[in-house]
Amino acid sequence: MILNRETLINLVLAALLLAVPFAADALGQPFYITLATRIAILALAATGLNLALGLGGLVSFGHAAFFGIGGYVAGILAAHAFSGEPLLFGLSGTKQMWVIWIVAAILSGLVGLAIGAISLRTSGVYFIMITLAFAQMVYYFAVSWPAYGGEDGLSILVRNQFPGVNTMRPLTFFLICYVVLLAALGLFALVRASRFGTALQAARQNEVRVATVGIQPYRIRLTGFAISAAVTGLAGALFADLNRFVSPSMLSWHMSGELIVLIILGGTGRLFGPLAGAALYVIFEYALGGLTERWQFFLGLILLVVVLFARGGLLGLLAGKAKHG
Amino acid sequence: MVEPVLQISNLVKNFGALRATDGVTLDLRPGEIHALIGPNGAGKSTLIHQICGTLRQDSGTVRFAGQDIGALGVADRARLGLGRTFQVSSIAPDFSGLRNVMLAVQAKQGSSFRFFKPVMRDKTLIDTAMVMLERVGLTARARVPAAELSHGERRQLEIAMALALGSKAFLLDEPMAGMGPEGSKSLTRFLDTLRQEAPILLVEHDMDAVFALADRISVLVYGRIIATGTVEEIRRDPTVRTAYLGDHA
Repeated sequence: MILNRETLINLVLAALLLAVPFAADALGQPFYITLATRIAILALAATGLNLALGLGGLVSFGHAAFFGIGGYVAGILAAHAFSGEPLLFGLSGTKQMWVIWIVAAILSGLVGLAIGAISLRTSGVYFIMITLAFAQMVYYFAVSWPAYGGEDGLSILVRNQFPGVNTMRPLTFFLICYVVLLAALGLFALVRASRFGTALQAARQNEVRVATVGIQPYRIRLTGFAISAAVTGLAGALFADLNRFVSPSMLSWHMSGELIVLIILGGTGRLFGPLAGAALYVIFEYALGGLTERWQFFLGLILLVVVLFARGGLLGLLAGKAKHG
Repeated sequence: MVEPVLQISNLVKNFGALRATDGVTLDLRPGEIHALIGPNGAGKSTLIHQICGTLRQDSGTVRFAGQDIGALGVADRARLGLGRTFQVSSIAPDFSGLRNVMLAVQAKQGSSFRFFKPVMRDKTLIDTAMVMLERVGLTARARVPAAELSHGERRQLEIAMALALGSKAFLLDEPMAGMGPEGSKSLTRFLDTLRQEAPILLVEHDMDAVFALADRISVLVYGRIIATGTVEEIRRDPTVRTAYLGDHA
């Protein structure tokens, strides 16, 4: 099979993201490994949102809730493992990443199911506002919950563990995040091409048409929303481990907005859109942030240009219009 | 008498003070094309919405395939076999025509919650969808994005989707609208054969098509059926002539 242009660009992006940390490691520049890890995790979170927003057309302005819930799962489980105090129902905490991931994904998915069940009864601006409102509820809940740090957040003293490797080594932790990202991208590609993905994308394009062939758009969207939430929650757990810190800022509406911005920058609904967007975003943040404190103003300008002149985002510019089969 | 496929009885729908559907009784029998005609604003769209489930009637019943469907939603009615096309074609524009029909095929198979198998490698979906596309004459355009199809081709695509659902009745809302004279003629020929598959409730302004196709015609004026009968009966009916047909008949 001849590779099409988009696949080629995707491979280059994936290879670049992998190459940079190895180069940085060889040159003794761990900061750049952290930067690449940040890109991978933000891309993972945005890949989750891309399921809802890109495929389903569901503009969720509340995905920070799932990101933050994932982060707090990592923080709280680690804190209990550290102190030895039992958690709910006598269960103990854990420092095992893979357990944390599962809990984070399931809990975020369930919260996504609950929020989606109500929000998806609305559409358009109302949907945006109601998802925002739910996320703000979670945010204020975290702020006012002193047991886990409240406004000050919660530190993870030592990064959680993964069997057989030393997660405190930046390159190792990057590789863990990278593999999780690739797995999530694989899931996204599978879902997009599947029967479910067909129905989800059709519901975005034409809700009436989906109902007219006998498929309930609501059920399809709700399922998509929950999967989307689970993936973003998983990213939150990794993000907490990257920073070894989780605070309500992970739950704030800025975070929700950032995830949407990543997707628009990279290319909505494109497999590698979130990665392209996250890379652009983090590089801008780093490069412009070194020049001026007001780097977000310039980011805003760039976003404006993308929305006005390059609707398909970076991938749209590089690879042309998306093909849907 | 053969039991009708679709039976609407004493249907009433009010919008505030306006009675948009005023005690409509109408049936669709196996093998027939029943045309519903009437001037603009007569309440044809409102009636269609109540048949396919986008609007709920205030009173009266809608029975389809032996059961009362008056309380069901759009998707449930479609699953029972109510196939529909729209005045303005309703398609998923980013998908190819093939993938549009495949959506209908997967709905018919009752399996939209499969997450991992790529549809474009799913022979059962593709082959069934291609058969439907062939029946409406769209084989050559199967892989073209639906947004790039012509007006007439989109209409054919909608019909292919309704066929894929294994519809027990077709509800066609002004299929001739916007078609050129050639398109209308070939669509008329096609609908003539379609009635063998399932009966058709045809809402249409194009009187040539209606007179060529209809076994029975009902005339809707101000939310009421003022006459139902064969083409000849309707042509001769004096009230219909004054209310609607003018010198067209």
